[in-house]
Amino acid sequence: MASQTIWIGTRKGAFVLRSDELRKQWKLTGPQFLGHVIHHIVQDPRSPKSVLIAAKTGHLGPTVFRSNDRGKTWKEAAQPPAFRKAADGESARAVERVFWLTPGHASQPNVWYAGTSPCGLFRSEDAGENWQAVAGFNDHPMHGQWTGDGGTPDGPLLHSILVDPRDPAHLYIGLSGGGVFESTDAGRDWSPLNEGCAADFLPDPNVPYGHDPHCVVLHPLQPDRLYQQNHCGIYRLDRPERRWTRIGNAMPKKVGDIGFPIVLHHANPDIAWVHPMDGQTVWPRTSVDGRPAVYRTSDAGRTWQRQDKGLPPSQAWMTVLRQAMCADRQARVGLYFGTTGGEVWASANEGDSWHCIARNLPEIYSVTC
Amino acid sequence: MPTVNIPSPLRSYTQGASSVAAQGATVADILGDLERRFPGIRFRMIDEQDRIRQHIRIFVNTEAVNDLSTAVAQRDIVQLICALSGG
Repeated sequence: MASQTIWIGTRKGAFVLRSDELRKQWKLTGPQFLGHVIHHIVQDPRSPKSVLIAAKTGHLGPTVFRSNDRGKTWKEAAQPPAFRKAADGESARAVERVFWLTPGHASQPNVWYAGTSPCGLFRSEDAGENWQAVAGFNDHPMHGQWTGDGGTPDGPLLHSILVDPRDPAHLYIGLSGGGVFESTDAGRDWSPLNEGCAADFLPDPNVPYGHDPHCVVLHPLQPDRLYQQNHCGIYRLDRPERRWTRIGNAMPKKVGDIGFPIVLHHANPDIAWVHPMDGQTVWPRTSVDGRPAVYRTSDAGRTWQRQDKGLPPSQAWMTVLRQAMCADRQARVGLYFGTTGGEVWASANEGDSWHCIARNLPEIYSVTC
Repeated sequence: MPTVNIPSPLRSYTQGASSVAAQGATVADILGDLERRFPGIRFRMIDEQDRIRQHIRIFVNTEAVNDLSTAVAQRDIVQLICALSGG
């Protein structure tokens, strides 16, 4: 057992929770960047002293902050993600927010990727100091059709940037809306990967793109195994297959399989957790019946078990956003989620029981280990 | 030399200074001079398409600026204002 650090990104700043070795006692520090919108905080597994923050600095536009001392001090990127200057007659895109950060391949220790709104993919080769557009996606002839006019109430989002641990040139991204896309040539070209996914909000449900993945994850020990929490269900894909299987069909019908996050067990590719939300009628996007629960599968989605011990039994209308749930890498995996109501809940026993470790924070956008 | 009033959200770039002198005959020149001396400050106000960000207002004396080519005279005051709003 070891102490654990949890990074909390909120609509009003960044916070840190650090535990004792039993992960029972937690100490909250912060805020840092008070008043800034913090979408994602990611500690670099290749170099744990390095932490990057995806931020929108109040009303001052998007940027990235970097720390090389585990979050004690921060420095702004010299060249934040930005689209190229538009040519005459072209749509003039400007990054509105940096939404997602992903460390690059282990063999490329200074490479990072960023996803933005509107949908843009950016890459840094100097640990987040300078960012360049991935032209193969941002200027792809299909970019306009793939990203469409849709997206979320906060605009279209590029998220879930995944790097195959066997091959730095093999990448996946998720677009809300647009779908899942794959590149096998380091981002020079892309193709949609959405077969089998529902798109209930489109007149033709069998379209190659236009879907709404909320969160896509890849298991590091079994990189051909992908899971996806989609706007329209929970899915699994085992490559080289190209057709997703709706494993959410095995969820209880009264709960459904709608939600934002999906997280994995670092040592077992068959274990995953989701946090279902109410996707009925007008989409409240709160805990179903006001009874929050995490659901766990231990068999790659064939069955699901409810885990709600310690969570409020009634009248708790939580919303957990796509970056706001994570699993640590300890032997007995710890799980964490943050709510838009400013609470952080933790389980030190793989979801068997839960307790609240922070309250009264601003609206939580991300919870990361 | 024109004077530029710096709003509080941008003073982390100017080492706390609320007012600085800047060289230039247009607003674009002034912002370029600020960027050279205070790296990163321009992108907080102007996006990559050279548009003034939605919640930023720029005035030359009391005249609102919509065009970065607006002229600035030696004794003018350039006011940078963050129009913060919402909850």
